[in-house]
Amino acid sequence: MDDDRVFKALADPTRRYLLDRLFERDGRTLTELESELEMTRFGVMKHLRVLEDAGLVVSRKQGREKLHYLNPVPIRLIHDRWIDKYTEHRVAALADLKNELEETA
Amino acid sequence: MTTMTAQTTQVYSVFIKATPEQIWDAITNPEFTQKYFYGSLVTVTPETYRGLDAAGADLVTGTVFEYEPPTRLVHGWRALYDPETAVEDDSRVTWEIEAQEGGYSKLTVVHDQLEGAPKTALSVASGWSYVLSGLKTLLETGEPLVG
Repeated sequence: MDDDRVFKALADPTRRYLLDRLFERDGRTLTELESELEMTRFGVMKHLRVLEDAGLVVSRKQGREKLHYLNPVPIRLIHDRWIDKYTEHRVAALADLKNELEETA
Repeated sequence: MTTMTAQTTQVYSVFIKATPEQIWDAITNPEFTQKYFYGSLVTVTPETYRGLDAAGADLVTGTVFEYEPPTRLVHGWRALYDPETAVEDDSRVTWEIEAQEGGYSKLTVVHDQLEGAPKTALSVASGWSYVLSGLKTLLETGEPLVG
């Protein structure tokens, strides 16, 4: 919903590390994620909260456990909104260059 | 990316400025789905979920397990668009739609029970983000995603 939150959430190495761990294996508990970081439980919780607020992590209850899942949709939305827009120009520029070179050849 | 094993439970979530009814319509009405769901024409009855290509060939089929418009739809998923995924076990897709403040709704898609369908899991892992991004764009702007 809010691009700013996504960019802010991604602007931190610990949070990117957490996303990479979830990318490797999804659906982890806080305890599992905590074991991969030199950080207090509280610290990991805080980072997960920022990721959840940005929509990059979705947590779901399974029995007594709360499992964390990577949600790639906000990154996809940023890709569609920003990356496509700029790379399109580059591709277009290369296509123009190709046409120009082939015409003069 | 190429060496990854896809997850057997995948969760995708997106906020969309639309009512739950509009979202329900957009996921069950073929006129909508063909604009964002890889061109597939999806029809949903309380019994069956079915996605067809423009020529009428089955792309995806599944039994409907829960049919509660406009908040919840649970159905089986067999991907027939690829001979390698077509022979795998059925997996399961759950659509949850929750009204939020400010005219938004939260759409969550859970694709699970993929243990017997590793190729399907890999195939849909890149697909759902694209589909949900396209659905959001379509509902919020009235236009399909370009490209």
